[in-house]
Amino acid sequence: MKFIDEYRQGDLALMLAEQIERLTDQPLKLMEVCGGHTHTIFKYGIEDLLPRNIEMIHGPGCPVCVIPLGRVDDAISIAQQPDVIFTTFGDAMRVPGSKTSLLDAKASGADVRMVYSPLDALKIARQNPDKNVVFLGLGFETTAPSSAMTILKAAKDKVENFSVFCNHITIIPALKAMLDSPDLKLDGFVGPGHVSTVIGTSCYEFVPRDYGKPLVVTGFEPLDVLQSVFMIIKQIVEGRAEIENQYTRVVTREGNKLALEVLFEVFEPRDYFEWRGLGSIAHSGMRLRSKYADFDAELKFRVPGLRIADPKACQCGEILKGVKKPWECKVFGTACTPETPIGSCMVSSEGACAAYYNFGRLSKIAERSSAN
Amino acid sequence: MCLAIPGKIVEIVDVDNRIAKVEVGGVKRNINIGMLGEDEARVGDYVLIHVGFAMSKVDEHEAHETLRVLKEIGEFDLELEQFKTTIE
Ligand code: SF4
Repeated sequence: MKFIDEYRQGDLALMLAEQIERLTDQPLKLMEVCGGHTHTIFKYGIEDLLPRNIEMIHGPGCPVCVIPLGRVDDAISIAQQPDVIFTTFGDAMRVPGSKTSLLDAKASGADVRMVYSPLDALKIARQNPDKNVVFLGLGFETTAPSSAMTILKAAKDKVENFSVFCNHITIIPALKAMLDSPDLKLDGFVGPGHVSTVIGTSCYEFVPRDYGKPLVVTGFEPLDVLQSVFMIIKQIVEGRAEIENQYTRVVTREGNKLALEVLFEVFEPRDYFEWRGLGSIAHSGMRLRSKYADFDAELKFRVPGLRIADPKACQCGEILKGVKKPWECKVFGTACTPETPIGSCMVSSEGACAAYYNFGRLSKIAERSSAN
Repeated sequence: MCLAIPGKIVEIVDVDNRIAKVEVGGVKRNINIGMLGEDEARVGDYVLIHVGFAMSKVDEHEAHETLRVLKEIGEFDLELEQFKTTIE
């Protein structure tokens, strides 16, 4: 129980772990949907604290992990066009496309810049009126309203050399795809925290209603996660399936109305959007409404728009669905490391492979798997 | 990238464009507060900031707790580094 030292309130964590153990010895699979939770779970060794019958499955909630190869290639092709300044969050720089990454493209001369906010990209556009400035829109409903607000600002101020290459995705269809997946038998969900500040808790109501599974919206601190695991298992043993909100200090039932309005104003759902490793999911991606077509990089530039199969060696799809564990991938930690990622799950610290790798719990995990 | 960092509003810079100056760990920068209602974001309030926008209000205690955990999980420096970039 070495990692318990890392908790400020170690005694509370241990107490929660004991309470969880006392609830049931039935084998249960819980999925944490959000990459932020995956990070917390590994950093604090929460899997080591939980009784063996409870398995955490690390879900698809890391936007950098699920962007498909073809879209990365499209981004690179835009970045390589003349007079383009391509802007992106740092996380996306190293994501491998079919041949190169944005970082490679930058090294070979493309003007690719890291920004903190889409507003910074808009500012670069104002400062460089003779260039086309493109922002790579990436992320769930936490991030998408910011892109939408920036587009509204660009439209209002008529910054015509600014556009967004939109890869924003929505969490609900992904969650539904997980629930509909025949090879995944999940018993409950640790629901996303910060995404829920925007979308609220009411949109998860279909999970207990249609699928009979509990979901608890959860903060990203270690005690939050442990407490929410307890709440989920308690529901299961009591035969309940409900939405509960462990993160009431930040998340409400309705979410952020203003953010949702802005999202709806600027974006509409795509019929289908491709997720790396998971395939096409209906209505899971957003694109700009035709009203804002002038700011849509997909219309402004020719992109190859190819669907490219994931590399054979990479098991990201299985990892994202929790069917396989990172160490079961042949190239994990050898050919594929955070410095030389083959798959996207190794890029962001929120990805399951990078999290396993970074927090050096490999021996522990191997031990556990050989014991099972 | 889905984490948000709490900061304190120290100044409303531009009322019409909903720009406020916030402070995080001694660093100040302008952020957009357009996703919060006008009476929700006042000087002295704490807000959760994500990619340059205030996403929700938090109380002071929660803000300090969140900062502490961000430091513990090693995300604070990264977030702050990004927060510092392109400050005018
Ligand atoms: S170790 Fe690398 S190649 Fe294997 S599944 Fe993880 S990211 Fe993909």
